Amino acid sequence: MSRKRILNVSRRQVIRGILATSAFGLTAKLGTACSPAGSGGTDAAAEGGASGGEPLTIGFIYVGPKDDYGYNQAHAEGAAGTASKFSWVKLVEEANVPETTAVAESMRSMIDIDGAKAIFPTSFGYFDPHILKLAEEYPDVQFFHAGGLYQEGKTPKNVGSYFGYIDEAQYIAGIVAALTSKSGKLGFVAAKPIPQVLRNVNSYTLGARSVRPDATTQVLFTGNWAEPIKEAEATNSMVDQGIDVVTCHVDSPKVVMETAEKRGIFCTGYHANQAALAPKGYLTGAEWDWTNIYSKIAEEIYAGKSLQAGTIDHILRGGLSDGFCKVSDYGPAVSAEAKAAADEAKAKLMDGSLVIYSGEVKDNKGGTVVSASEKLEQKDPKLEQMDYLVDGVLGSVGG
Amino acid sequence: MALSQSWRRTLESLCLSFGAILAGILLFGVFCALAGTNPFAVYGSIWKAAFGTWSTFQNTLVRAAPLMLSALCTALPARLGLVIIGNEGALVVGGLAAVSMGLAMGTAFPPFIVQVGMAIAGMIMGGIWIGAAGWLRHYRGVNETISSLLLNYVAIALLNHLVGGPLRDPSSLNKPSTFPLAEVNMLGSIPGTRVHWGLLYGLIACIIAYFLMQRTTFGFAARTAGGNIRAAKIAGLPVGKLTVMICFLAGTCAGLAGMVEVAAVQGAANESLNVGYGYGGILVAFAARHNPLAAVLISLLVGGILASGGILQRAHGLPDATVLIFQGLVFLMVLYSDSLYGKFGVFKEKPIMIEPPAPPPPSPGQEPVMTV
Repeated sequence: MSRKRILNVSRRQVIRGILATSAFGLTAKLGTACSPAGSGGTDAAAEGGASGGEPLTIGFIYVGPKDDYGYNQAHAEGAAGTASKFSWVKLVEEANVPETTAVAESMRSMIDIDGAKAIFPTSFGYFDPHILKLAEEYPDVQFFHAGGLYQEGKTPKNVGSYFGYIDEAQYIAGIVAALTSKSGKLGFVAAKPIPQVLRNVNSYTLGARSVRPDATTQVLFTGNWAEPIKEAEATNSMVDQGIDVVTCHVDSPKVVMETAEKRGIFCTGYHANQAALAPKGYLTGAEWDWTNIYSKIAEEIYAGKSLQAGTIDHILRGGLSDGFCKVSDYGPAVSAEAKAAADEAKAKLMDGSLVIYSGEVKDNKGGTVVSASEKLEQKDPKLEQMDYLVDGVLGSVGG
Repeated sequence: MALSQSWRRTLESLCLSFGAILAGILLFGVFCALAGTNPFAVYGSIWKAAFGTWSTFQNTLVRAAPLMLSALCTALPARLGLVIIGNEGALVVGGLAAVSMGLAMGTAFPPFIVQVGMAIAGMIMGGIWIGAAGWLRHYRGVNETISSLLLNYVAIALLNHLVGGPLRDPSSLNKPSTFPLAEVNMLGSIPGTRVHWGLLYGLIACIIAYFLMQRTTFGFAARTAGGNIRAAKIAGLPVGKLTVMICFLAGTCAGLAGMVEVAAVQGAANESLNVGYGYGGILVAFAARHNPLAAVLISLLVGGILASGGILQRAHGLPDATVLIFQGLVFLMVLYSDSLYGKFGVFKEKPIMIEPPAPPPPSPGQEPVMTV
């Protein structure tokens, strides 16, 4: 009985205690929350009000981790490079943001909380509908998207698109691969049979066959951008077939490079420099040079130029000569002959005398895809819709 | 007596759940301190990013919306003693069915009819998906956890196949997608917010599920079957039908989540359908102890945690996996707290207790004097 009374009292006390504690906790929490919120708010206001001389806040969003040795790392390095180049750049970044409402919310927070004036959402899938929606809502913020399709009159004015013709670097890598390979059999681990990927496979093969007409490229599609297990399986099966140089187009080439090194074959990299993953077998690689591009865009914004006013191009494209991409330093296994051939092709690509898709190009089913009289320059829209594999590629677009 | 007992039980669940969440937050603070950031500043940021203002709270709501529906897909069968983890698959096929229906109906019908059509298509498809797992379980003895997990992969493969092949919009070059739904057929946002209607659907579905399971004979039958399947059979309950029905209903919830995702967010079906809402829903269901109403609160909590993930990276320079650690710690504590039920004397019923005959709540100082 007495226990019950004590219990009753203590229950009430417990409730009172909980209420008091939570009230205290709440105020304490609000207190701590207020100070950063307040200071953040004034920062944002200060940045928002200034047009020059003040720091410029730029937001970067990545679909995967920043250290994936691949697509995201390339962009993150570009962002970091830009921030370290200019003291007035204030960088805000988010990694592992899926292509859903999450990215819209991330962009919104960057604009509202951090006061970002320009945003670089770097994954292709962020574009439609997320960037398009946000761009209409925030007409003063500039959105630069990697690879998106800007359509004059249809896409909001404050959206720009940038991307590089990295297949030029793949062409060079193909030359080095073919001249290093003993068997002449090359392997390409690819994510999906979409134009961007097919173009890399084809350019790599055309590069290889430009110096070794009997070279072949076995292509395997894993079906998705990040499939480490399938990528390792694909690489292993290629080695078992006698292939002795592999490359890839997946979000993170890490697994392919490491597997190749472990099996004692050569590899050429993609997206970023993977020499550290395969110190013996890494020949060269097709790398993005986003630091260069991001610095240029940041400088233009800082100088008061904008997409809305038309003083920054809505579509920025370029290859080796425009500094969008570069070729990794040659690895120890590359012969002097291969280096010379690669450097020669590189010089020709840079000065425009070499066009990768100049006729006649046949697909691997025997049809002609680029006729003898045709010369498809890099900007040709036909190349953006590529749906074939060139002669010399083993594999099919269907799977 | 019964009233007092349920009151104590509710208090126990509330205290333990919130205690667990607090403990998770404290542990996360320790983690932050180890990572070299000031935990109080981190707490402040989390609060600010998730619940601080109406705008940021909407961020939380946006992220919580798909989780509520998805959580029901695990929570409902759990009352029958089934562990279904096929949420992702049901969500994906629901989204696919909704898009197919939306495209087939096109603009020939008024938008509202098309939306209803899409919702029904998504729900039926999702229902069949999970219903199949339930059917296999009861009539073929296939473990429902494994079969529903494997059905996820089937669904994702189906999505990739359809989106890359028969349903592909040829103009979606670098991100294969189906043809987009007509703009008029899209579900908008709840007026005055940027939160889509999925949040409301989720809330309603959770409330309906709660009443269905707790307040109807159907729910009672299902819970009985979950408690002791043989007793239920002996009592003459149609256990097989119940299993399939509950699984079907569970699947409809996830299918509806898929429909909302395509009709309110993506506008087409593509690989973005498959981003882990299903797996998030499993966590929510378990943390909510399969109570549909608690699932609403837990969804909000998870939504808040996810919403704060960005600011941890932007303002504190913590790695992107930090938010997963936060989520993991909170869930670990919540699941651990499950083992503490009945361990605290405060919440225990006294074996002998005489209640005052009329139960108006006594005001302080006027305690009813108990007699032995």
